[in-house]
Amino acid sequence: MVSKRPHTRKPAALSGAFAPGDPVRVAKRPVLGHCRTPWYLRGKPGVVAAVYGRFRNPEQLAYHKPGLPALVLYKVRFAQGDLWGRYAGPAGDHLEADIYEHWLEPIT
Amino acid sequence: MGRDGAEGNQQMSEPERKNMLRQGAKGRAVHDIGGLEFGPIDRSEHDLALWEKRTDAMLILLRDNKRRVLSVDAHRRMIESYGEQEYDRTTYYEKWLRSVRNLLVEQDVLTREEIEAKMAEVRAKHAKAGRKAAKETVPW
Repeated sequence: MVSKRPHTRKPAALSGAFAPGDPVRVAKRPVLGHCRTPWYLRGKPGVVAAVYGRFRNPEQLAYHKPGLPALVLYKVRFAQGDLWGRYAGPAGDHLEADIYEHWLEPIT
Repeated sequence: MGRDGAEGNQQMSEPERKNMLRQGAKGRAVHDIGGLEFGPIDRSEHDLALWEKRTDAMLILLRDNKRRVLSVDAHRRMIESYGEQEYDRTTYYEKWLRSVRNLLVEQDVLTREEIEAKMAEVRAKHAKAGRKAAKETVPW
């Protein structure tokens, strides 16, 4: 049976260290040069919402390098209340961001 | 705006140009300001000038599979390399224009001397024809 939800399938080429539903934390580290992980998410806990597949590393592509090996890219969901010190919106509000695997750490 | 002599008479709203103090920014890069207090967002739209459309077209052509002069990631990196003041006071396509030009030099397609010579030539042509050419240049 063919799944109609490719993001939840896990063929070998797509699979990474994390699966949808896994709790993760964005690494809290400084970076020199181009990087797509925003500062306000660093060190924050979230949950993997989807696995997009493998993509060339933008941190290397930015310097005209091949960006290989390709990295697994995830959609990660964060509770707004975890991101901002004084979030005034409803408790269920969340934010989703695309984060590459090398920026994610498991929460055990 | 006046980057393109032919567009000089067009009425356009000017985007707001202001510098913001990045309080509590710590080690953030200049563009990475999500969550800092910057006041309300200016959501007003403005018509695109001819030079802005051309800048957009140049980026698309230079990153296609035939040319591969630049990537979106290199473009982002170049935009993020602005100093704080220049980053804040330049508009969207001014950032793009500087990036496209600098990447052409970085990738050995054109030299800085060739670009500056051409700029002087175009400015002189407009001046000779009695058209007002902007004194402002895009910083390297």
